[in-house]
Amino acid sequence: MTYLKKSPWLLHYDASSCNGCDIEVLASLTPLYDIERFGIINTGNPKHADIFLVTGGVNVQNKQVLINTYEQIPEPKVVIAIGICATSGGIYRECYNILGGIDKIIPVDVYVPGCAARPESIIDGVVTALGILEQKRLAMKTKTETKMVKAGDAR
Amino acid sequence: MIPEYLMPFIKAFLYILLAPVVGGLIAGIDRRVTARMQGRVGPPLLQPFYDLAKLFEKENLVVTASQNFFVLSYLVFMAVAGALFFSGGDMLLVIFAFTLSHIFLVLGAYASYSPYSHVGAERELLQIISYEPMIILTAVGMYMVTRSFFVSTIVTSNIPIILYLPGVFIGYLIVLTIKLRKSPFDLSTSHHAHQELVKGVTTDFGGPNLGKIEIAHWYEYVFLLGVVWLFFAWNPLIAIVAIIIAYFIEILIDNTFARVKWQLMLRSAWIIAGTLGLVNLGVLYYLRMVVP
Repeated sequence: MTYLKKSPWLLHYDASSCNGCDIEVLASLTPLYDIERFGIINTGNPKHADIFLVTGGVNVQNKQVLINTYEQIPEPKVVIAIGICATSGGIYRECYNILGGIDKIIPVDVYVPGCAARPESIIDGVVTALGILEQKRLAMKTKTETKMVKAGDAR
Repeated sequence: MIPEYLMPFIKAFLYILLAPVVGGLIAGIDRRVTARMQGRVGPPLLQPFYDLAKLFEKENLVVTASQNFFVLSYLVFMAVAGALFFSGGDMLLVIFAFTLSHIFLVLGAYASYSPYSHVGAERELLQIISYEPMIILTAVGMYMVTRSFFVSTIVTSNIPIILYLPGVFIGYLIVLTIKLRKSPFDLSTSHHAHQELVKGVTTDFGGPNLGKIEIAHWYEYVFLLGVVWLFFAWNPLIAIVAIIIAYFIEILIDNTFARVKWQLMLRSAWIIAGTLGLVNLGVLYYLRMVVP
């Protein structure tokens, strides 16, 4: 049985976004869209999160913060790049301080382009991510099982 | 028929089995009512159970291995406290086990290196300092009315305890807000405002460990509402209505009040709740002296 799909908790990180996409992320929590209907909670804590939402093209200063936050999320986890800046760097792509797209730093599973990405497309991106989350959970399970079998052989 | 001496064990067993179910349902209703108060639809009723099942599907990420031990102790002692209470044990022993379980949670939070976790642990200690005197006053009040610290005797005493202890009851409701981690006093976990302290005491617990903390909270809900029951124990129907009203008021307060600083929490719990409780006990003592 999978319960991950029924209760995905989000972590939202602003990697030098202009706040346009961030406001749209928060808009999907408001009564109009109310993503808590699907059991989605916006947590502020990487250790409680399942889905990592990142907005903005990363710059040299917050690159390490992004990596640290990503590594603190327990497996299975998925990363969603929200907005065109997080997807490819957008209009800031050529800037001297922008690394251009968060997939240069951490693995990304779902891209939600747009400037700013609309709440509907963000919710759609999260729903797509749930399918990937389930695949990762099954992969993790098989991996642990093989590990256990191997440990048994060694004895 | 079940022999008399086995009854406490059966009651304790039933509590350990059923309390997480009841507590989870209470949490689900809480989340739905909260959503409705905010003009939202809210999650399904069984959402807390989905959350719990999900947490056990996740990887157990810990900073130090001792966190696992502290969280397990928190859960076990919380279950023991409630089991003692529902099997009709000594109120003072119940409160002792109850406090001990929270100390384990604080130790678990101190075991990690995160500053958020440490601030959360300090605030949890402040919360324990705030509510502890009032909970003891509740037990003492019940002793003054029924002449017993044993829950079994208090329940079967057939005295309408609430009529003797209205002040203690209001004081208990005030500390109940702290205990249920409701808004004006949810300092240590920042239950709703997730960003301020990250997640306070639970910052460094993820996956199954967070799930265990969640189960412990559900045990706690049932135990705390069981104490409300004691005030109305002479009439089960009124007791259930009182529990529903008390919990509804807690949700309403949760949604209408902003979070306070720890100083105001300590003052509310000691000066307001403590005074109400002590004056109540003083009047009761005086009446006992004058009216035999």
